[in-house]
Amino acid sequence: MHYKKLTQADIDHLKSILSSERVYVGDQILEDYAHDELAEIKVFPDVVLEPETTEEVANIMKFASEHHIPVTPRGSGTGLCGAAVPKEGGILLITTRMNKVFEIDEENLMAVVQPGVILLNFIETVTKLGLMYPPDPGEKSATLGGNVMTNAGGMRAVQYGVTRDYVEGMEVVLPDGEVIELGGKVVKNSSGYSLKDLIIGSEGTLGIITKLTLRLVPMPKKQVSLLIPYASLDDAIDTVPKIINAKLVPTAIEFMERDVINAATEYLGKVFPDSSAPAYLLLTFYGNSKSELEEVYEQAAQVCLQNKAFDVLIANTKERQDSIWETRGTFLEALKAMSHLEECDVVVPRNKVAEFVKFTDGLEEKYDIRIRSFGHAGDGNLHIYILKDELVEEIWQTKRLAVMDEMYQRAKELKGQVSGEHGIGTAKKPYLHDSLGLIQIELMRKIKASFDPLNILNPGKVV
Amino acid sequence: MDILVCIKQVPETNEVEVDEKTGVLKRDGIDSKMNPYDLYAIETALQLKEEQGGRVTVLTMGPPQAEEIIREGFMMGADAGYILSDRRFAGADTLATGYTLASGVKKIGEFDLLICGMQTTDGDTAQVGPAIAEILQIPHVAYVNKIEGVTETNLTVQKDMADSIERVEVSFPALITVTKEVNQPRLPSFKRKLETRDWEIKMLTLDDFADRKEEHYGLKGSPTQVERIFPPESNVEKTTWEGSGEELAGLIYNKLKEMKFV
Repeated sequence: MHYKKLTQADIDHLKSILSSERVYVGDQILEDYAHDELAEIKVFPDVVLEPETTEEVANIMKFASEHHIPVTPRGSGTGLCGAAVPKEGGILLITTRMNKVFEIDEENLMAVVQPGVILLNFIETVTKLGLMYPPDPGEKSATLGGNVMTNAGGMRAVQYGVTRDYVEGMEVVLPDGEVIELGGKVVKNSSGYSLKDLIIGSEGTLGIITKLTLRLVPMPKKQVSLLIPYASLDDAIDTVPKIINAKLVPTAIEFMERDVINAATEYLGKVFPDSSAPAYLLLTFYGNSKSELEEVYEQAAQVCLQNKAFDVLIANTKERQDSIWETRGTFLEALKAMSHLEECDVVVPRNKVAEFVKFTDGLEEKYDIRIRSFGHAGDGNLHIYILKDELVEEIWQTKRLAVMDEMYQRAKELKGQVSGEHGIGTAKKPYLHDSLGLIQIELMRKIKASFDPLNILNPGKVV
Repeated sequence: MDILVCIKQVPETNEVEVDEKTGVLKRDGIDSKMNPYDLYAIETALQLKEEQGGRVTVLTMGPPQAEEIIREGFMMGADAGYILSDRRFAGADTLATGYTLASGVKKIGEFDLLICGMQTTDGDTAQVGPAIAEILQIPHVAYVNKIEGVTETNLTVQKDMADSIERVEVSFPALITVTKEVNQPRLPSFKRKLETRDWEIKMLTLDDFADRKEEHYGLKGSPTQVERIFPPESNVEKTTWEGSGEELAGLIYNKLKEMKFV
């Protein structure tokens, strides 16, 4: 596909759409804008634009479609699969200046925001009002728009679901510059195909979100976390289906191993509240009173003790919870500080989590390479990292690809999916295509073509 | 070694409203928890016990509901617990509190070491620990942020003097108060909860003490008069800068230079 190379006249026109200080070219373009958080590819855009309004985005898209210029939308650039990398050059459209919270409607429990609002800021805003935005991905510096575009999940998915479950409406600029409204402040909606749900998780390939209506819930008053030590990760993960089976509904079920915990505490310069075991489960329960929570966590604790747990440690205050969750929150950063790495975020049926992790342990031995994992044991979404360590590039690439192939193959056999929450971008494209097969990919391509017949919006991603 | 740890039940949140008229904290409907600093005190005691052997006793003054934090002490690893509970102890300032706790300690028995958190999160005075030691006439070291070593007779610690560290060796019996830097407190154990569920918590009242003069306790024994409690005005000056990394670095550098920090 051949796109138009931007000329000085094009840049001048873009400067007339935005004010010139929000148009960056040449040396003004930071290296950061050529890549995302993890993907190995790096491509510079020809121009970086920072629109602030829907109208500006619409004018940019009109211009881009008239001149056949590729446009890649980008939030904070915290993606892990290369979706925000301007693979074909052209325009990189950054949404972080579109960071207004228009409204928090406490009567309808809805928030109306621009897509560039940072998740952390949004959490703080709604928390002050006694409300909660349940999606809780670990990367709090991501934008809400980015979260919607990857259908981000997070720690609370076991109980509350994922980003998709909280997006009620959106305003979208289509690739030709037309502006459409999808959904709204309605809790139910059976009005034709849900285009809104097509946009969610589309990684900026179908349209550019310029406004979001998000559903909020009342903030539960109390929470308790349980840190549960085990002799092995197998023992820990084997307990998960039993907790689910006991009809207890934790908000989060995470698993973690000593190596990863140590990396994180070293990175943070902190001490973890327990170091007695090689593996841990971490459960969180939300509730509205101390006594209600106590009853639930005692039942869960009994299930764990009946299933080989050494003990069940109770984090019943904010300080205690912070001492665990702060560490949990830096796992990825800590691993990245330790070694270059490749990630796999497959999701498998949750009763297959243990089997999958055991499988990756086998791969570690088979390929003589370090593999570390942690993740959401409660929803089957694993985060598995292959560490390059001291390997030379050539061997690293060979081993990395072989291990990734085996993992995705196994995930497919277990009826899992390629990505639980990080998305496809370019890094996971071959695995997605292999996993879903041609019929589904062709359907997706036709959808892409009906939204974006000129293929100018984030070309080369997902499909 | 025999160690006693003084603990206190405090409101779960520090966003407690103050009744403007009476100056009393409005605690209705607010759950309570163990004073966070006391967790470090218990952890210090448990680590010393693990090294030296002995027993750890937890002690609190408060209403019978304070049983909750004594049980939590058990769940962390304490061996025995006492509550000093009597209406006549109510309304105590730091002196009367120190006196009551010291009277309790005398009644309970002899200890090598007393440990307190450096302060509570509801009173924030940091006075009660040292007051207990003064009343018991034993040496004390406040703001301990590291235990360097322990023998049968002595303890060597580092104390945080804000801009310097002082190394202190103290002989038993002694009292120390600890900061949050001293360790990472362990979490309460559910197994211990099951094991200690039936453990007795001993309740002591004024009638159990050697000194039964009511004027030494509670409001009557408190020379401090609280005139008014109010939240302090926030006096943090804030400036927000926006710009590129380079511009911001320049601004920060100039400000630091202006303030003579560089």
